[in-house]
Amino acid sequence: MFAEAIEDILRDQCTPAVVRAIEAGGSPAPLWEAIAGAGFLDLLLGEEEGGAGLPLPELYTVVSHFGRYAVPLPVVQSIAARALVAREAQLPDGSITLAPALRREPDGALRCPLVPYGAIAQYVLAADDGDLLLLRCESAQRNGTGILHSQLATLMWRDDRGAERIAGDSSALAPFAAALHAALLAGAMSKVFEMTLQYCNERSQFGKTLGKFQAVQHQLSVMAELVAATGIAAEASFQTTDRTPRLLSAAMAKARASEAAISVANTAHALHGAIGITEEYDLQLFTRRLHEWRVAHGSESYWNRVVGEQVLAEHGTLAEFVRG
Amino acid sequence: MSQLLSSFRYAALPAAAEAFRVDVREFLRTAYTPASPQQRARSWMGFDAAFSKKLAQRGWVGVTLPKAYGGAELDAFCRFVLVEELLAAGAPVGAHWIADRQSGPLINKFGTDAQRKFYLPKICAAEVFFCIGMSEPNAGSDLASVGTRATRVDDGWRLNGRKLWTTGAQHCRYMIALVRSSGEAGDRQKGLSQFVVDLALPGVAVRAITDLAGDAHFNEVFFDDVRLADEALIGNEGDGWMQVNAELAFERSGPERIYSSIVLLEHWIEVLRRGPHANAHVETIGRFATHLATLRNMSIAVTARLVRGESPLVEAALVKDIGTEFEQSIPAVIEAAIAADPQAAVDPDLLATVIYLCQVAPIFSLRGGTREILRGMIARGLGLR
Repeated sequence: MFAEAIEDILRDQCTPAVVRAIEAGGSPAPLWEAIAGAGFLDLLLGEEEGGAGLPLPELYTVVSHFGRYAVPLPVVQSIAARALVAREAQLPDGSITLAPALRREPDGALRCPLVPYGAIAQYVLAADDGDLLLLRCESAQRNGTGILHSQLATLMWRDDRGAERIAGDSSALAPFAAALHAALLAGAMSKVFEMTLQYCNERSQFGKTLGKFQAVQHQLSVMAELVAATGIAAEASFQTTDRTPRLLSAAMAKARASEAAISVANTAHALHGAIGITEEYDLQLFTRRLHEWRVAHGSESYWNRVVGEQVLAEHGTLAEFVRG
Repeated sequence: MSQLLSSFRYAALPAAAEAFRVDVREFLRTAYTPASPQQRARSWMGFDAAFSKKLAQRGWVGVTLPKAYGGAELDAFCRFVLVEELLAAGAPVGAHWIADRQSGPLINKFGTDAQRKFYLPKICAAEVFFCIGMSEPNAGSDLASVGTRATRVDDGWRLNGRKLWTTGAQHCRYMIALVRSSGEAGDRQKGLSQFVVDLALPGVAVRAITDLAGDAHFNEVFFDDVRLADEALIGNEGDGWMQVNAELAFERSGPERIYSSIVLLEHWIEVLRRGPHANAHVETIGRFATHLATLRNMSIAVTARLVRGESPLVEAALVKDIGTEFEQSIPAVIEAAIAADPQAAVDPDLLATVIYLCQVAPIFSLRGGTREILRGMIARGLGLR
């Protein structure tokens, strides 16, 4: 129900033109209002807390839609932030993104490197040695990456005076961010796959459509396998009655999705030919995100280590381990 | 989203199936003494009639078949759990494997009541074993070009031709063979039928073929004027292609398409836990765990469709293609890992197991349909063909 409602809003209000405009510095307010105003930020809060009481497993489809529409705002992070902080804690109304890391420099400065949506978010929530810190992006020095249209930015504050300590579960931040990005990747990959399939059905060379060539068919088949694997791995990380995703399933989801992202992006571009590399064609909106989200909060190189350390630390079999 | 991809939604195994797992593990603890890793790595290529009998006595051969015919009448989720536990243990399940997985369900679905009454109780008791007669010398991937022919005679059929790469034929009483029963080679999928062939009949000759690891599970099976009774025909004459496809959905969807290298992987992890080199392989181990967990969820998603009575042929092909790639990557990666340092000692069981699997791993993506065939099926499922 919520997933369909959000998709209706995104189909109308988050067109590629809107995505491009916001990425180019246009006002995000109308899109933010359309989503936040409809009450979507409080999806996970209980009804007694004024929320929708959405069980975590149902959040998966909602998040994947944000990937499918390349939403250029940290909406899913803002939804997650409300579940990460303690019930009595108050969060501001503005957009909140999640920090992959927070470093305290010797001179007292704070630094959050490569924050997804760091270029546009109003606040960032970070785990700081067992606590949650809410920082205002307005007071930060925002350093973009120089990547065209990217919303990734490193944020720096001279000191922690403006940082607000918030009660909540700081250890749940990284797993939640990992699960969110796995679901975003799943959504973006399904879109990239559809665009590629459609292109191969329309574009003709040698007197027939690309999709009639066996070599092309097999590439699309492998792409379908990777999109299916990513989707189910991401969805699995939302399967808990807890308030936030669990570490291991989130680690597996992010690792599987990140590994698939590179291959899906590359095959999509290979089959689209030169048109896919252009700014004006929509494919770049999604493949750029596949790379950014692969990196966000740790790639497969990081998350597979998290899983592997756990496997080696235990005594049971791997077959038992993967059943959870 | 494409219909095919939307099939892959997360499904949990139901509580009843997980409760069943406890029984299966208890059975394995008491009824099965683990062999060496290199033996266990043979898994469903391992033939042990005595083990199959024990399993049958426990009621777990023909697990999905109706109780009326001696089956356990459990659903596909329970079969998934049973198979998963048997494979993870490296139990020698080859003897009853084909009958349990596909011949029994095929006879149950397409056979007459008399055929069900005759064959199914024997399958469930592990009294008779089955093999699959699909490939031929000139019909490998191009299965529709089978040339073995059943010719109508007064009181039944006369069978001539030969089958190849028939796993376990030398130990099996019956083969379900796909043969041409009418028309010509040019009719392709039309005019094919499935017959149960009693391999003890006059005119049948079975020749074992030794593989590169020294095992003989493959066979060549010759039919020279073999007389088949009318009752040997399974289903309708001419429906063979449709029936064989229904059978392949069972054949391709199971956990055996992701667990073929699990014994090796478990042994490697054990060795790493004991030794000083684990740290170098943490990411690799994590990656295998991540992939295995994901493939397992994909396989359960396909199983959920079987439980709903559907025939998820394309979904099964998709899981098999990506699953066998994973199975093949395990020995390839471990072979490199054990020799990452020429000074370090190598566990002898690990060496024997990894070399065995590296040698036979190419078969993972040949048996039950090659990569090229499977990817073609996926492409058809995507509307490209």
